This record gives sequence, structure tokens and C-alpha cells, in this order.
Amino acid sequence: MTAGDGTGRAHYQRYTNWLGDQPADRLAQKRAEADALFHRVGITFAVYGQEEGTERLIPFDIVPRVLPQAEWIRLETGLKQRVRALNAFIHDIYHDQQIIKAGVIPAEQVLCNSQYRPEMQGVDVPGGIYAHIAGIDIVRDETGEFRVLEDNLRVPSGVSYMLENRKMMMRLFPELFSEHRIAPVDHYPDVLLENLRSVAPTGVADPTVVLLTAGAHNSAYFEHAFLAQQMGIELVEGQDLFVRDEAVFMRTTQGPQRVDVIYRRIDDDFLDPLVFRPDSMLGVPGLLTAYRAGRITIANAIGTGVADDKSIYPYVPEMIKFYLAQSPIIPNVHTWMLRRKEDQEYVLAHLAELVVKEVHGAGGYGMLIGPAATKAEIDMFRRQIIATPERYIAQPTLALSTCPTFADRGLAPRHIDLRPFVLSGRDVSIVPGGLTRVALREGSLVVNSSQGGGTKDTWVLET
Amino acid sequence: MLSRTADHLYWMSRYIERAESLARLVDAHYRMSLLPHSGETLAQSLRSTMNALHMEGEYLDRHKIIEPRAVFEFISLDREYSGSIYSCLRAARENARAVRGSLTSELWETLNATWLDARSQLARRSSQSSDIGQFVEWVKERSHLTRGVTVGTMMHDEAFHFTRIGTFLERADSTARILTAHQSDLVPGADAGVVPDPYAWSVLLRALSAFEVYRRVYRDVITPFKVAQLLILRDDMPRSLLRCCKEVYNNLKSVANQQSAETVRRAGEMHAALHFTRMEDILATGLPVFLEKFLARLRDLGARVASDFLVPPAEV
Repeated sequence: MTAGDGTGRAHYQRYTNWLGDQPADRLAQKRAEADALFHRVGITFAVYGQEEGTERLIPFDIVPRVLPQAEWIRLETGLKQRVRALNAFIHDIYHDQQIIKAGVIPAEQVLCNSQYRPEMQGVDVPGGIYAHIAGIDIVRDETGEFRVLEDNLRVPSGVSYMLENRKMMMRLFPELFSEHRIAPVDHYPDVLLENLRSVAPTGVADPTVVLLTAGAHNSAYFEHAFLAQQMGIELVEGQDLFVRDEAVFMRTTQGPQRVDVIYRRIDDDFLDPLVFRPDSMLGVPGLLTAYRAGRITIANAIGTGVADDKSIYPYVPEMIKFYLAQSPIIPNVHTWMLRRKEDQEYVLAHLAELVVKEVHGAGGYGMLIGPAATKAEIDMFRRQIIATPERYIAQPTLALSTCPTFADRGLAPRHIDLRPFVLSGRDVSIVPGGLTRVALREGSLVVNSSQGGGTKDTWVLET
Repeated sequence: MLSRTADHLYWMSRYIERAESLARLVDAHYRMSLLPHSGETLAQSLRSTMNALHMEGEYLDRHKIIEPRAVFEFISLDREYSGSIYSCLRAARENARAVRGSLTSELWETLNATWLDARSQLARRSSQSSDIGQFVEWVKERSHLTRGVTVGTMMHDEAFHFTRIGTFLERADSTARILTAHQSDLVPGADAGVVPDPYAWSVLLRALSAFEVYRRVYRDVITPFKVAQLLILRDDMPRSLLRCCKEVYNNLKSVANQQSAETVRRAGEMHAALHFTRMEDILATGLPVFLEKFLARLRDLGARVASDFLVPPAEV
């Protein structure tokens, strides 16, 4: 919200003025109101590893994050470019592997990756689209430049909070919406449904789309139920589906009904117990057979994890050049790959300044934040890096930009990131903004909800 | 619609209905406990009620004797007992949560708020049961609200019919069990010689929301014959067996599928049998035998609804 020189960013001006006029107790009261509403509506997530049935709110911050239109347009262009390249990459990997042949990415980085699915080799998917829904995590560095921190191409979540946060802000502070021209986001479910219908198997005129969830105990269950309801499609569990003659059906009160597109919110490993994990109760036996026969579309496709792995991430700018012959609009965060000898030497010498991440880790787990770590933690990571360097990457500790946030003692700066949701089907589209996550603990850089992060409404201001 | 969705909707409404039925029972007995000299009648009524609802075993695992306050607490708020009102409200909410996308947001929020309230009421309760009356009153209100929101906001489509089937099967079951608990007061001879205990009657009628109705319909002293007639054969009495069977039959007809013909036929048969029978015939058979048969047919119908619609046998 503040530029490097400490002055307020221009697009926050009007909001800041409004905020200055608000009595402190009104804000506190609005915040309590928001909590009560979220509980009542049941916008909660399940917490793993705690007492059965524990549901929590993701803390919602009533101070919005604001982006001016010009910045957003640049971001939007860059995100579309990136996701196009990622989809081209996944298609290539499961077909001719030209990028490997050209020597841009080492073969073992791809083919030995646990997320590479040999079952997908040579399988054609509608439109050549694999990552239909992509959540790209964006941060702003100390120079004010946006950078991609991470690509999420498997089952990215959080979009329901983007939508509910907006609804909540409009309910709490309607006056703000008449004073600002804020780009709307609530058409997201319509765009998503249209996008899913556009990738149905060829020849299906009026495709039936379903959302596959792991069930009410999954941490993101609220989002699954919410999106299914908003799109007007069935929310199914594995037990509701079955495969017959290479086609997928759901069990309904009126007998079996054909399904054409599955928007799945469970991981590859659990999709089909005949092919992946045999102990999975969440999936549908025989699903992969129907998929390979082209009788069902699965979104996101099986095997997208090969492109969002942290060991592949450093190559994404190269992919953009390779497939699109363009230069990347949004740069990566500089990344050292510890499997490289020279990178490893540098990182081991600078552990106390860097962030080290496990290549397959997610959710903010398995991570070393050098400046905040104890000597023992650093030593532990050093030993692990030397033992299995290919499991780690390192990045500079970014001076992530901050945004004022309602803390225990009034407003205080907290670190934020942004996850826009990029939809790919017949076209590539993004609703303006995305989910802003905020690290609520003072000084913390971890914004994940499983690690005490919260969320904010995100405004793209139209001019 | 998905079979699993229909299953959750069906159980959601069964549990809400069950919570309300239990709340009425507790309420009726609670009022009786406030009257002087009600001791033995009350204890007797509680015993036969718990017996008819198959609660006695679990109750006696926890308490030594049947003592009204302990019974009220047990039925209303025992969180360890899966048949308590508290557990029913939780089960209704869990079923609703599993299909929240198929409910209107008003209905989901009503059920969710009911559960959150019940939980906080239990948390801040003192050890006395003085507010049991308030609690069951509140449960009835929430059930009325839920039913109103269901009828007033849901599309009258398949989902709606399954919630109604759940509601009326549960209600028929509950009415039949309450009648069972009082069947000894309803023997045919009672009309002639024995003066029935007015307390026992008031419990029975209040538990079925029929006390005022009775007065209005018959404008007469309370007789066992008329009580039984009102609760079994009156078509316009919302909790009578006939009325419940009619609703089950009509809603089943609306969701019929290729395999459900026999189930619909049996529901129709139950309805027709009640529709064309006379009180004299029922009393000639004997009320206990009649009720026992009725409950058995109701169980059969519930099982058939489940296998035809809710959890169809595995495909392929």
C-alpha cells in the first residue's frame, strides 16, 4: 500500500481518506459482524489433525487490497501468457517431448519426477488443455515489481473466499462501493461452467458437468459445495459414480445418468484405485480407462503436477520463450536449484538469508525461512540438503509488500500475496483480482490458511 | 438427482421431525410434572413412553431410577446418547451440510444456526433443569421454522418430495409409538366403566399437538374412542396416521422411478386401508395388534424407499 519512499500509493488515496473518517469502534463492530456472518453461513474449513469435526473460520480482514487497472492489465496479460505456455508444456511432455529434445529442460527433471504420469503418454485431451483452472501465486518485491512465486495446476483452491469476501465487503460497507469503481468478480462461476462445458469430449452437444469432492470432511469442502451450487451442477463423491462400457455414470434416483466432464477436487493419486492408490475410497474404479478412451473430460487433467512442481518452476520463463516465442511479462523469483553444484555451494554459504523449500512440499510445510530460523533448524536443513540436494530449491527472502490489516492493536502492516485464478478452455480468461492472502502474525511471511493466514477482498479499480 | 443427495435430504428432515416429536413428549411430561399429585401417573407415562421409543436400556445404563428430571435431561440434552434431541439436531445439520449445495441458503442457514445455538445453549447451561421447558419450546419453534423455510423457499421438485417423505415417515412412526405408549388407556372397555385419568390424556394429546384440536372437533368430554379416532383416522389432523400415510403416498408417487412400483403400491395400500377402515374394526382387532402391524409395515416401507431411491444396490 505504501511505495518504497513511504508515501501512500495513489490508488489507495480515496480509501485511506474514508478509513481516516471511521471511528475505531465502528470497524471493530464490523469485524465482529463479519465473523458472526461467516459462522452462520458456515464458511469454514476443516482443520486436519485436530478433534474430529473441527471447523474454523479463515480470518477475514476488512481492509481491502487495491490494484489500479493499469497494473492489473499488465498482470492479466502476463498470467495468460504463462498459463498458455504451461499448458503447451504439459501437452508436449505427454506427446513428443520437444522441449527435452531441444535440451531446454533435462529429461530426468521431467521423467523421474513423481508427478509425471506415464499413463498419460500419448493421451489426447480436448483442446490440448490440461490446466483448466490455474492458481498462480503472485508477490510484489521490494522494488514494487510483481513476480510469480508458485504455479498451482493440480486442484488450486481459494476462489470461494474471493467471492465470499466480496459479498461480505458489500454487505458491511456498501458506501465504499458507490465511492469506488470496483471491477465485479461474481460472474466467476458462470465463466467456470462455460469453460468446463467448452472442453467436453467431442460430439457431446449438451454436456453434463459434475464436481467431484472427497466429501464433507475435506478441508475445502465448503468451496466444493459452494461452487457446485453456484454452477447448478451435482456435487458428487466417488461412490456416486461408476464406469460401464468406458463411460462414466452417476447414480441418481431416476437410475444411471451419463457424465461428460468431471471438475475434480481430489488429487491424481485418489482418482482411480485400479491405477493409482488401490486403497483409495475416494475415486472411481475404471475412471482412467474411460478417460484414455476420450469418453470423459477430467479437469484439471491427470498429470498436471509435472508442471507446477518447484523443481520445474525455474524453467517456466524458458517455456514461454520456447513455446510462444515471447519474453516473459511477469518474472519468476530468483531460484537456486540445489541439484546444481554451484547453486548448492552458494546456498549452503548463505542459508541464514534464504528461504529453502522442499520441491514437493505445499501449504507452507517443509520450509526453512533463514532469517527467522534458529541455528539448530539451519543445521538440520544443511544436513538434509547435503544428503538429498534434488529435494530442495532456495529463494531470496523477499521483502514482500505489505498492506494495512486489522491486528490486535488497531491497523498494522502485514505481508500479502495474490492468487488470481486463470481459466483455460476455448479461451483463456481471468476475473479481475483474485484471492489476497495475508500473514496475520507480525513479521510472518507465510500466508497459508493452514499456518495462520487470513484473506482480504481484492479490488481492481476501474478508471 | 443423486441418490446420495436424496438420502441426506431424507435423513435431514427425519432428524428434524424426530427432534420435534421428542420435544413435544418432553414438553407434555414436563407440564404434567408441574401439577400437584402427578407423581405416579407421570412415572408410569415416562416408563411406557421410553419403552415404546426403545430408550429405556440406554437410560438405565446411565441412571439408576426413572426420575422425571433425569429423563428430561437425557432425552433433551445428552450428547452421548444418539437418540437425544441434541444428537438429532446435530445429525440433521450434518446431513444438511453434506448436501448444502442442494438446499436453499435460507434452509441451510436455518439448520446450521439451530445447531450452533443448541451447542452454545448446552455449553452455558447450569446444572438445574428449570429451563428444560424453554429448551423444548425453542426446539419446536426451530422445527416449525425449518419446515416453513423448506416449504417456502425450496423448489417443489424431487428434492422437496424426499424431504417430505422423510418428514411424514418419521411423523407416522412417532405418532404410532406415542399411541403404543398409551394403548392401555385406549382399550375399548375404558369407555364404559373406568373414568380415564385426565392427566394421561392431556399428555397424549399435547404430545401430538391435539389437545386444542380435540376440544374443537368433538366439543365433548375426552373419551378413548374419540382420541384414537382423532389420532388414527382423521384426514385433516396433521399428525394422524391416516394423514401421514397420505402424504407419504402422494410424495412417493411424485418421485416414482422404474423400480419403485411395488413400494408405491404398498404405500398406497397403507393409505387406502386406513382411509376405508372404521374405528370399530381397529378396536375389534385390538389396538396393540393394530399398532404393532402398522409399525412393521412402516419399517418395511422405509427399507424399500432406501433400496429403490437412496442407496440403490451396486451397478454392473
